[in-house]
Amino acid sequence: MTPSRFGALRNALVLIAALVAIWQLLYWWTGESALASPLATLRYTARMVTNDTFEGHLVDTMRAFGIAFVLSVVIGLLVGFWLGFDHLSRDTLEPMIVAVYAIPKLTLYPILLLAFGLGVSAKVAFGVLHGVIPIILFTVAAVRNTRPILLKTGHVMKLTPSQMVRWILFPAAMPEIFTGLRVGFALTLIGSLLAEMFASQRGLGYLLMTGIGLHNVEQIMSVTLLIVVFAAAVSSLLLSIDHRLHRRV
Amino acid sequence: MSRVGVYRLLVIGAAIAVLEALCLAGVIDKITMQPPHRIVIDLFRLLASGKMNAAIVKTLTNTLISLVLALAVGIAAGALLHRHRALRDTLDPLFATYYAVPVFAFYPFFIVVFGLGDVPQILIAFMLGVVAVIVNTLNGLDRIPPVLLKTARILRLSPVATALRVTLPAAMPYIMTGIKLAVAYAFIGVIGSEFIMSRGGIGYEIGFAYLNFENATMYPLIVLILVASIAINAALTRWEQHLLARRGIR
Repeated sequence: MTPSRFGALRNALVLIAALVAIWQLLYWWTGESALASPLATLRYTARMVTNDTFEGHLVDTMRAFGIAFVLSVVIGLLVGFWLGFDHLSRDTLEPMIVAVYAIPKLTLYPILLLAFGLGVSAKVAFGVLHGVIPIILFTVAAVRNTRPILLKTGHVMKLTPSQMVRWILFPAAMPEIFTGLRVGFALTLIGSLLAEMFASQRGLGYLLMTGIGLHNVEQIMSVTLLIVVFAAAVSSLLLSIDHRLHRRV
Repeated sequence: MSRVGVYRLLVIGAAIAVLEALCLAGVIDKITMQPPHRIVIDLFRLLASGKMNAAIVKTLTNTLISLVLALAVGIAAGALLHRHRALRDTLDPLFATYYAVPVFAFYPFFIVVFGLGDVPQILIAFMLGVVAVIVNTLNGLDRIPPVLLKTARILRLSPVATALRVTLPAAMPYIMTGIKLAVAYAFIGVIGSEFIMSRGGIGYEIGFAYLNFENATMYPLIVLILVASIAINAALTRWEQHLLARRGIR
């Protein structure tokens, strides 16, 4: 292990320890009624994940999230490559896509609910709405930033357009596209969860919201912990792959 | 207007025209969506009636509070972390993965702890924005040309004078990026949490209208939020570009 990677690991461990310590201190300060202690939360989490009903909720969320991510990737790459090649379309549409990124998209969810009905498809559509934007933007940038000399080499070798994409564009644009996929992954997850929190009868977001009505602090904190740990772990993994891809080029 | 600008207007115009046609032809039924011209008329009527004034004021107040908090804490924390290398390195994994974690997942927890008032919403909006401010402040401070700081030392400026006259102006274009993101996140945080669960505000009104099938209220409010957030963001982006251009970056 290189020193810098060892340093990063140490930093992450120190950080996690500090966060757990702050959590424990807050628990001692506020008391039983407001917070569950780290240990109690872990115990509850262990009990919860072995429960049959929980598996149903988890599967539901993961299915919506999975479908949404696959759709985001497919649509994002197609639109991204199209806009990357077609300069006029890019100049016209890119600022509009950037603008959508900054709006409170949750307010659009009722429209999706009316269009798709209360169910998996509305959740998927909302996940795609979040995830597709970064994938498009990073892919466009990746295609645009491909070094002209690589394209010229391809022309000299008389590559067909499909060979060009397969052997030159895709490998050259891969690191940046991967960054887009990483961000898209995170945002798709956020989108699917938000959809469940507003209106649904199943899923992790639903579990979070029912916890409020039941005043079940342990349930809320356990589900939040699971979501945070999952998102942070996957994104750290993707981030390290991302760094490796960028170093190679 | 540039050629691209004209195309952009054409695309938006065509999209609205298609929606209008589909609504009038009955392909999209009335329960799903009202024709765009109706939405605009309803929006003006809704704003003129003053029914939404309280909700608008509430949302704007909470957004402003969380924005000010995010900026104050974010810039102060950025300045502090810039001086303490070890602390910064330790927090680096947090910053790197922060926006991958759904901050809204903490909202139910905050509701249980603080009650269903303004505090959970402000906290969520603050949490969404503050890290963007910290990261961009750090980035700005990293990029201050050393010669400026040397000049400040030669002129024997006090630390406060250095901060106000040299450091802050030099880092401003980058901090501006953080401010722009914090504004967007403040709106997203407040309106989003109002929408998920709350007792008032524009997001709440949209959710309420949805649950009661009041499309005549829901669509105008959605359009209002879209137009407002896009306009604010466009203005801030323009200001940011102006700052960057003046500094010759870009």
